[in-house]
Amino acid sequence: MKFPRFEHHTAETVEHAIALLSQYGDEAKILAGGQSLFPMMALRMSRYEHLIDIGRVSVSDRTISESSDGSTTISLACRHSTAEFSAHLADRQPLISAAVPWIGHRAIRSRGTICGSIAHGDPAAELPAVALALDATMTLAGPGGTRKVAAADFFLGTYETATQPDEVLVSINFPEMGPRSGWAFEEVCRRHGDYALAGVALAIRCSVVSPHTIENAAVAMFSVGSVPQRFPDAERILVGIAPAQEAIDQTAETIATMIEPHDDLHGTAEYRRHLTRVLVRRNLALAFERAGFDTLLGNRTRRDLDDAHR
Amino acid sequence: MTLIVNGAECDIAVDDRQTLADALREKLGLTSVHIGCEHGPCGACTVLVDDEPVRACLMLAVQAEGAKVDTVESLAEGEVLTVVRQTLTETSAFQCGFCTPGFMATIAHLLRVNPTPTRDEVRIALSGNLCRCTGYQPIIDAVLLAADRLNGERQQGTNGVDCA
Repeated sequence: MKFPRFEHHTAETVEHAIALLSQYGDEAKILAGGQSLFPMMALRMSRYEHLIDIGRVSVSDRTISESSDGSTTISLACRHSTAEFSAHLADRQPLISAAVPWIGHRAIRSRGTICGSIAHGDPAAELPAVALALDATMTLAGPGGTRKVAAADFFLGTYETATQPDEVLVSINFPEMGPRSGWAFEEVCRRHGDYALAGVALAIRCSVVSPHTIENAAVAMFSVGSVPQRFPDAERILVGIAPAQEAIDQTAETIATMIEPHDDLHGTAEYRRHLTRVLVRRNLALAFERAGFDTLLGNRTRRDLDDAHR
Repeated sequence: MTLIVNGAECDIAVDDRQTLADALREKLGLTSVHIGCEHGPCGACTVLVDDEPVRACLMLAVQAEGAKVDTVESLAEGEVLTVVRQTLTETSAFQCGFCTPGFMATIAHLLRVNPTPTRDEVRIALSGNLCRCTGYQPIIDAVLLAADRLNGERQQGTNGVDCA
């Protein structure tokens, strides 16, 4: 359907965007890439009288930058396609690099933005799970100034985040992935680019001294609940030990029982639960391999993974 | 608003809510831009904006202020799509033709950034374009055949002057 009538405002700066948001209140919405907002408007799932276009706002010289503490900041103008081909992200934030090519299709990624996707809070989206797995911090700007919200506190419900109606998500900070860290990303979908039936983003960190026990395990699932989710009780199984198949299986099984997936025409809840078990198990093994451990993957599983990563 | 469409600077008057797709079709008569699902997944409306594939139905015309927009009306005459038009015919890769311009824009971009794609790379690159008629394999065949032919022509130095 054609969009309903609205007034389009081009924000020059973040402050300008915030002023416009305050001026128009409930009737206004931030327009970043529009690749989630426009479909919702076309399908009449959303309707706003005023769109505040931040597509030409920049907060810094580079939309992807590294701080002195080794963390990476992605700011609001960063398109998915910029992130997709960023050498910095490939080197320093490989989990983000691995996830971005799964966001929609190339044409969507030309326009959609990293911050916009996270501010949108779709439980089936890749980046919210990545932000959770990396313990990212979101910076929100509003009339009262800026504030920071941890990823663990950011995703509140389907399309519901900690962003207040008068705030703009201006940047996301991803801590440095230290030495002896591992990561993995995988989603299952019928067509490459579809919303996932189930997806996992995970990051692990191990001690740099032998026997290299696991210091931190972050497993984030998406598309298997109304929000992307971490599982502290399951992740705890892995902390303090060296990677072992039994612990991996136990973690996968625990997570599979903790999720509350839904039935829909693309897949049943039970199928999503089954996918969760498989995804966690093989991606933990892959992450450990990336962290420098001997492979826990069978040859067949490695081939499946290579195919799955196309 | 002003934008550069198929190489020509165009001044058009649009509503705030008018999509780039509708502006190209209705203000500039560029009916190769097809409106399919009008919310993103089908890809029939794909055009190139600043040389990148974009869903024209998910972009406002006003967001294209000052941008370079290329549709199949000009892309089809370029080096890449001239060959692709030939191979699409040879492999019977279009029937009703509704999806074809969207595929062509995607293919023009693909073969520019990756002149020697594998079959899997072609499949993934085209995954954002839906076709109800052909079953996709002939389209993929056509892209690979075109890539071979273009690379052969380039090696022999017999390629055309323009690039899509």
